[in-house]
Amino acid sequence: MSPDAAAQVVLELRDVRKQFVAGARTLTALRSVSLSVRRGCVTGLIGPDGAGKTSLMRLAVGLLEPDKGQITVLGRDVTREAQAVQASVGYMPQRFGLYEDLSVQENLDLYADLQGVPPSSRASRNGQLMHMTGLARFTGRLAGRLSGGMKQKLGLACTLVRAPELLLLDEPTVGVDPVSRRELWQIVYRLVREERMTVLLSTAYLDEAERCDEIVLLHEGEILGQGRPAELREPLRGRTFSASSPGRSNRAFQKALAAVPGVLDAVIQADRVRIVARSGAQLAPDRLLGGIEGATIEAVEPRLEDAFVAMLRERAGAGEGRERAPPSPGGASPRDAGPAPRRGPVIEVRNVSRQFGQFYAVRNATFDVAAGEVFGLLGPNGAGKSTTFRMLCGLLPASAGVLRVAALDLRHAAAAARARIGYMSQKFSLYGNLSVRENLRFFSSAYNMSGARQGERIEWAMEQFELAAMAEMASQDLSLGHKQRLAMACALMHEPEILFLDEPTSGVDPMARREFWSRINALAERGVTILVTTHFMEEAEYCDRLAIMADGEVLAIGSPAEIKRGQRSEGHPDPTMEDAFIALIENRARGAAAT
Amino acid sequence: MWRRINALMIKEFLALLKDKRSRVVVIVPPLVQLLIFGYAATFDLNRIPFAVYNEDPGLASRELVARFAGAPNFHQVATPSSDAEIAPLVDSQRALMVLHIGPEFSRDLAAGRPGAVQVIVDGRNSNTAAILLGYVTTIADGFNADWMRQTGGAVTARLEVRAWFNPNLESRWFLVPGIVGLLTLLVTTLVTSLSVAREREQGTFDQLLVTPFRPVEILIGKALPGFIIGFGELTAIVIIATLWFQVPLRGELSTLYAGLFLFLFSSLGVGLMISSLAVTQQQGLLGAFLFMVPSVMLSGFATPIANMPLWMQHVTLINPLRYFLVIIRGVFLQGTPFHMLASQFWPMAAIGLVNLTIAGFLFRRRLY
Amino acid sequence: MSALSRMRLRGLVRKEFYQILRDPSSIAIAFLLPVFLLLIFGYGISLDAEHVPVAVVVEQPDVETASLAARFSGSSYFAPVFLSDLGEAENALRERRVNAIVHLQQDFSRRLRRTDGAPIQLIVNGTDANTARLVIGYVQGAWQTWLEQRAAESGVTPGTPLRIDQRVWFNSELRSRNYLVPGLIAIIMTLIGALLTALVMAREWERGTMEALMVTPVTMGEVLLGKLVPYFLLGLGSMALSVAMGLWLFKVPLLGSPWLLFGVSALYLLAALGMGLLISTVAKNQFVAGMVAIITTFLPAFLLSGFIFDIGSMPTVVQVITRFLPARYFVASLQTLFLAGNVWSVILPNIAALTVFALLFLGTSRCLMHKRLE
Repeated sequence: MSPDAAAQVVLELRDVRKQFVAGARTLTALRSVSLSVRRGCVTGLIGPDGAGKTSLMRLAVGLLEPDKGQITVLGRDVTREAQAVQASVGYMPQRFGLYEDLSVQENLDLYADLQGVPPSSRASRNGQLMHMTGLARFTGRLAGRLSGGMKQKLGLACTLVRAPELLLLDEPTVGVDPVSRRELWQIVYRLVREERMTVLLSTAYLDEAERCDEIVLLHEGEILGQGRPAELREPLRGRTFSASSPGRSNRAFQKALAAVPGVLDAVIQADRVRIVARSGAQLAPDRLLGGIEGATIEAVEPRLEDAFVAMLRERAGAGEGRERAPPSPGGASPRDAGPAPRRGPVIEVRNVSRQFGQFYAVRNATFDVAAGEVFGLLGPNGAGKSTTFRMLCGLLPASAGVLRVAALDLRHAAAAARARIGYMSQKFSLYGNLSVRENLRFFSSAYNMSGARQGERIEWAMEQFELAAMAEMASQDLSLGHKQRLAMACALMHEPEILFLDEPTSGVDPMARREFWSRINALAERGVTILVTTHFMEEAEYCDRLAIMADGEVLAIGSPAEIKRGQRSEGHPDPTMEDAFIALIENRARGAAAT
Repeated sequence: MWRRINALMIKEFLALLKDKRSRVVVIVPPLVQLLIFGYAATFDLNRIPFAVYNEDPGLASRELVARFAGAPNFHQVATPSSDAEIAPLVDSQRALMVLHIGPEFSRDLAAGRPGAVQVIVDGRNSNTAAILLGYVTTIADGFNADWMRQTGGAVTARLEVRAWFNPNLESRWFLVPGIVGLLTLLVTTLVTSLSVAREREQGTFDQLLVTPFRPVEILIGKALPGFIIGFGELTAIVIIATLWFQVPLRGELSTLYAGLFLFLFSSLGVGLMISSLAVTQQQGLLGAFLFMVPSVMLSGFATPIANMPLWMQHVTLINPLRYFLVIIRGVFLQGTPFHMLASQFWPMAAIGLVNLTIAGFLFRRRLY
Repeated sequence: MSALSRMRLRGLVRKEFYQILRDPSSIAIAFLLPVFLLLIFGYGISLDAEHVPVAVVVEQPDVETASLAARFSGSSYFAPVFLSDLGEAENALRERRVNAIVHLQQDFSRRLRRTDGAPIQLIVNGTDANTARLVIGYVQGAWQTWLEQRAAESGVTPGTPLRIDQRVWFNSELRSRNYLVPGLIAIIMTLIGALLTALVMAREWERGTMEALMVTPVTMGEVLLGKLVPYFLLGLGSMALSVAMGLWLFKVPLLGSPWLLFGVSALYLLAALGMGLLISTVAKNQFVAGMVAIITTFLPAFLLSGFIFDIGSMPTVVQVITRFLPARYFVASLQTLFLAGNVWSVILPNIAALTVFALLFLGTSRCLMHKRLE
């Protein structure tokens, strides 16, 4: 590397390894990672939970010491000169590092004190930051009372009180609504432009990564790929297609397509199915349809997610030859293709509101879910999704309105009625120090199973969810993907008619997410009604119908295609789900301003 | 229903005992504390450091000093030879008591006049001082009786003291059974008061509530492990108390266990009530603490309830430990039969019932 | 490591104060808890038995028994019940309705005139040995005064050759509250000191703010001081409140110098806060920290500090254990300072021990706090 190029490198990791010892187990967070971040660039660190993103960030600011290798920040060795490095970088940890019981101004003052910002220059810098983040009106408000998006911006402002040369942001957009996410990106680019700042940020959202100058794909502690988004997408050119088959259920269609030999990946996207073809075999697009009647196919632009999934599949599939299609999680044979017969609403929500003091968590929500439908509730954190869920499950009384599940109000229903529903909560609520088998046994006993029947169901769960290999492991030691499988198995032990899934895929890598959705699809095919919440926009496309919520209100209801169609505009002739979502929120804000 | 309760109970046990930290918290401190506190908690004084300032050369004074020096509880540490040396000895706590015999003592006695002896006691710990003065009186009485017999003087009335149930008045016999109650309370409250809050924090409580479990089943399933642990631990502690500390067990074991059953019932009730009120484990911990400290202090464990002001005595009526201490001490030392303890049994049952009812009610209400 | 920065430290201290003001629980721990505990304990804990229920069994009443019985009915120590049947009295003793029986047999007055004298039988319930001893002492007192009174009336020389002249220094009335309240203050400060700080460090870890602090140029010494200073001031306030309650509500005399009291308390607070910070630094989790703080403070301070049970009477092993409790030294200092005054021979060794503990706890915490997450 020429000396000139070396000056351009702000952060460099060379052959870095990091392991954690937890009891008898050793977890490898990073294995032999080398990367460099160039000055004035926005570099994105992309990967699922547990990929090692946070460890890498912490190593870079000297909060962790590498087991092996060298880390240099701004020409300084981080291990030896941690204090000096920390004085010249800005770092925002995952939960923004804010004191929630301090006001916006007090948080800023604290960090200004800690960073040694001279009092004379504070006023102008503060004003600038407040203007940039739009927080000027809220300086007296407690940080804990801010919305997720505002907290994130305050966290950012606190790391910027003394303009750092290198800014590290650890998952700055988790739990933040799409509008705030867009604003954050605007701020980041402004900093790069105006202050020549260098930014390294990590994220689990692949769509967000497209906005970075450079991307580092991290998976299980290793770098899978590195480069500009376009460079990473490039190998996929000519391998991505979108297929549709009118009159056929998109789930059945997706399943059929996934079984075609040349297809590497098939996911539902509203009323179409997106396909990634295997590499090497340059097949005619029609061959990918596997002879399904009436189906049409067209080539589409590759996305980063396609590249990521292709990389993972090809790595994992090298040995297996053909990636496993998860078996359908039921004994019964799936009904024939075609949408499930509608039998009238199974879940009814009529003018439901829920107040906490003066605050409306849910306001006047109304929707129905038909039997055998996959219904999604979409919205950012704090939109009222979980509150709606908890009311439906009878965990929380509604302040007003009528809720009915299978014609019953679960809050007052007899215990037996609860045996008809399955519930999987946000954090994959499992008993952490119980083993997989013990968790399964407990939840099956909770549903009155015993003896041979119980044994049978446990065996079924072990087999269907591929948990047998870790049957005796404590559930807290499982990876997030396995936890999710176990939680779902627990919720399905008693073969419920209705399944409630609260953010079932948050933090789970794209592969596990695909597997999860194929299970959901199989269940829906068997007539199970599924209500699911998510804040992943692309997952909304997998639902039959969905309701978009924000600030406790339902903004739109309909099939994914209907919702996107509803928000078509001159600027966005073919809006994505995120575009539609932002448009809905902005319309609402405009409506509120008008009244 | 029982199958579900059984499953819940097994789960609670596994959750509690599989975690090394909570296993240690539940099992080790009670046993270690019983041993340490069993030795530490005694009002009996031994090796009382005392000094003698004897200005009298006579025989009688030597005889009196010998009685003190020979008593098992006393230990002579200094022999000051002037008034000025007394104060520093007491001030610095080197001597707890100073025996000052005036120059005329033997002569007075011989002449049939009462011989005065000054006893100076450090009153900083008034209880120790009072006990010490009791010892001094006993020695003085013995001296008097012997002197009268030797000189042929007439005795008018003499005091004959007998102590029932505890002839040597060993305070350990009183305190060790009390520690049994104390530790049982500590363990059961800690086990239960955090159990619901922990599930709430981990999100598993919601999961539990959407299964066919009824609140009463959850209540029973959560209380049973506490019962079993409480029974096990109490049995161990009772064995240690009788075999190690040699506290006599005079009454029926069945009465003791009946009392234990009701005590566990009431303290688990309180624990579960705290638990159902607490949203976080920290609140649960604080609640357990705020319940435990006053109930130990106001139970009659170390200081008799009868010594409290009347209004305070009324407050202690809602303290389950108060009743259990009466029962366990009665059964251990007095061999009190079941029927005489009825007045102690029913209040515990009532406290337990009220708390469990509230807890069961709160399970469903406090979910937001 | 850069030197201590005034600006950073001021920022941290101010932040901590804001947090204390906004979080009512630490204010409650500092000011409501001591009031609550002092009231409960100050009134609830007393070793002074008064109005002890005693059954006086007189089998054959006459002038002599009447004058002896009058000693019991006239004293505030006793709440006598007069009975004529021993069996009835024994039942009352078994049922805990009375604590003792004073039994005067049929021929009491006749035997009084014989040379071997008349026996006064005293049966006490020995279950509570301490109370039993007090009762025996009270009865002895009643009996002695009765003898003296009889001697004075009949003009003969007093019956007792040896007369004990008791001088109780520092607490002449033997009010147990006088020694319990200083001890209580010590226990309360132990609890508060540990509880206040045990949670604060763990809270920073749990909320993820510690990570944000660490990447600023702040040093860990500053973080530690930033925690210590506010809670130290809060603890002093709480100490002042407790002392004020002791002096004016419970009327405990303060013979020593208030400045010395202040100094010793400040030193002890440093040790107690240091212990809390140490627990908190090691645990990094509010739940574990709280649990450890309660287990290691309350019962040991209650039972092993010399607050209620005499350390000198414990077996040697246990006495050695008590040496590792800072509370022990503070209890001893407070009892002396309140009741005996500035006795340097007692205070100085205790001050030395407390200094060692404060340095040990704070030093260990400082050493364990790295600017690393491992």
